[in-house]
Amino acid sequence: MKNILILGAGTAGTLIANKLRKRLSKREWSITIVDENKEHYYQPGFLFIPFGIYNQNDVIKPKAKFIPKGVDFIYSQIDKILPQENKVLIAEGKRELKYDFLIIATGTRIAPEETPGLLGELWHKDIFDFYTVEGAVALAERLKSFNGGKLVVNITELPFKCPVAPLEFIFLADTYFKKRGIRDKVELTLVTPLPGAFTKPIATKMLSGLMEEKNIKIVPDFNIAEVDNLNKKILDYEEKAVEFDILVTIPTNKGADMIERSSMGDDLNFVPTDKHTLQAVGHENIFVLGDAANLPTSKAGSVAHFAADFLEDNLISAINGKPLKAKFDGHANCYIVTSYSKGTLIDFNYETEPLPGRYPYWIGPFGLLKDTRMNYFGKLFFKWMYWNLLLKGHHLPVTSHMSMCCKEKPE
Amino acid sequence: MAQKEFAGHMVDVNEEGYFTNPQQWNKEIAAAVAKEEGLELSDKHYAIIEFLRTRFNSGEALSIRSINKSGIVDVKEFYALFPGAPLKKSTKIAGIPKPSSCI
Repeated sequence: MKNILILGAGTAGTLIANKLRKRLSKREWSITIVDENKEHYYQPGFLFIPFGIYNQNDVIKPKAKFIPKGVDFIYSQIDKILPQENKVLIAEGKRELKYDFLIIATGTRIAPEETPGLLGELWHKDIFDFYTVEGAVALAERLKSFNGGKLVVNITELPFKCPVAPLEFIFLADTYFKKRGIRDKVELTLVTPLPGAFTKPIATKMLSGLMEEKNIKIVPDFNIAEVDNLNKKILDYEEKAVEFDILVTIPTNKGADMIERSSMGDDLNFVPTDKHTLQAVGHENIFVLGDAANLPTSKAGSVAHFAADFLEDNLISAINGKPLKAKFDGHANCYIVTSYSKGTLIDFNYETEPLPGRYPYWIGPFGLLKDTRMNYFGKLFFKWMYWNLLLKGHHLPVTSHMSMCCKEKPE
Repeated sequence: MAQKEFAGHMVDVNEEGYFTNPQQWNKEIAAAVAKEEGLELSDKHYAIIEFLRTRFNSGEALSIRSINKSGIVDVKEFYALFPGAPLKKSTKIAGIPKPSSCI
């Protein structure tokens, strides 16, 4: 009996466990998945919690529910990988698991401790993240009692998970305060290290237009150095300062600490990974799926989902001693909600920036880089698809490679 | 492809003035690029530029944060040496591509 070991039972780990269990013979291959947390989070839903659209119950289900029969689930802390010995130490080093092939899917976490002052006395009082359930719930409470002032959304540094989320947050905040009749009393500002609202020119143009329309200010090229809790200001390295009444932070993102203990990560604990084959650099029997990899594309569930098809094929090739032929293209696909009833959609990969058009190409109900009601419903419907189809490794009606069909390059 | 003359050498540059061939770089050229950016290069500047080139050549990502690993300066001093946009300026002077931010 040979073993496949999967580290991390989030979106990436769960869906590859489902795919591999269907693909590989149970007599020849055992599959084991390790995670210390028993709860699976529907992370795209975190965004809606601060505005009372979703609550905790909408985004949490037991992980075990999504792990198929025939996969051993071990709830344990992961201590470190010993790649030379083909084994992983778990439970503070008390137990070891051997593997023939290893899949790292330990994701990314927010690391507010990287910015001086962020975890100071205002943390979860006037300073919030919305990348954890705790942060999103605390922010929901704070917003209820907020009757006006400066709400600042700050991106600490790149890369960070779901790069459109800060924009969505600020668009939803605009609608939220309008509904409460106090939009004129609230100043909304996005403070970002990027030169504009987004990195890619055509999408930036569309999104900047929306920001202007909604009277949202932007402070670009701002690299936060520290938070002044006393005077409620964020400062950058050149002493530029932005005042806030509420600060919504997107902290530094890092890979799991376990990656650092295993000496397998870069500066931010992301695992150097071949961007096409998804094999860990320098390790023939280790693959990386999802946010844990250092791929030059978005850290997002859609990327893990598209990449999983390629990883599955390459793993089978590696098992059979064949060359890795499946080449992932960096495909990402993100809904961007722009209010309580509308949304836009972007679709892109390593080479092609988000372009206007329609999606998916063969039915095309969704408009790419267009602000429509249909896109908003697409985002809400996606929650059902996520729990019922995606995690279980079922086929979704979209292609894994990005398609250029039905995209238009503006003049 | 555009070409530009620095310190008597023709180098290939892109539309933003970044070198497209890092092999065409030397210290004299760096000084000339720096001058255009309004900077006089000190030993510290050169040490950072060496660090950036070494990191680039080994395929590692460049970020503001990675400067802390240089052992030469911290981020604040990095800003002081290359005011305004330190990573953009220093990579231009180092003759390597502008770091792309991935989203």
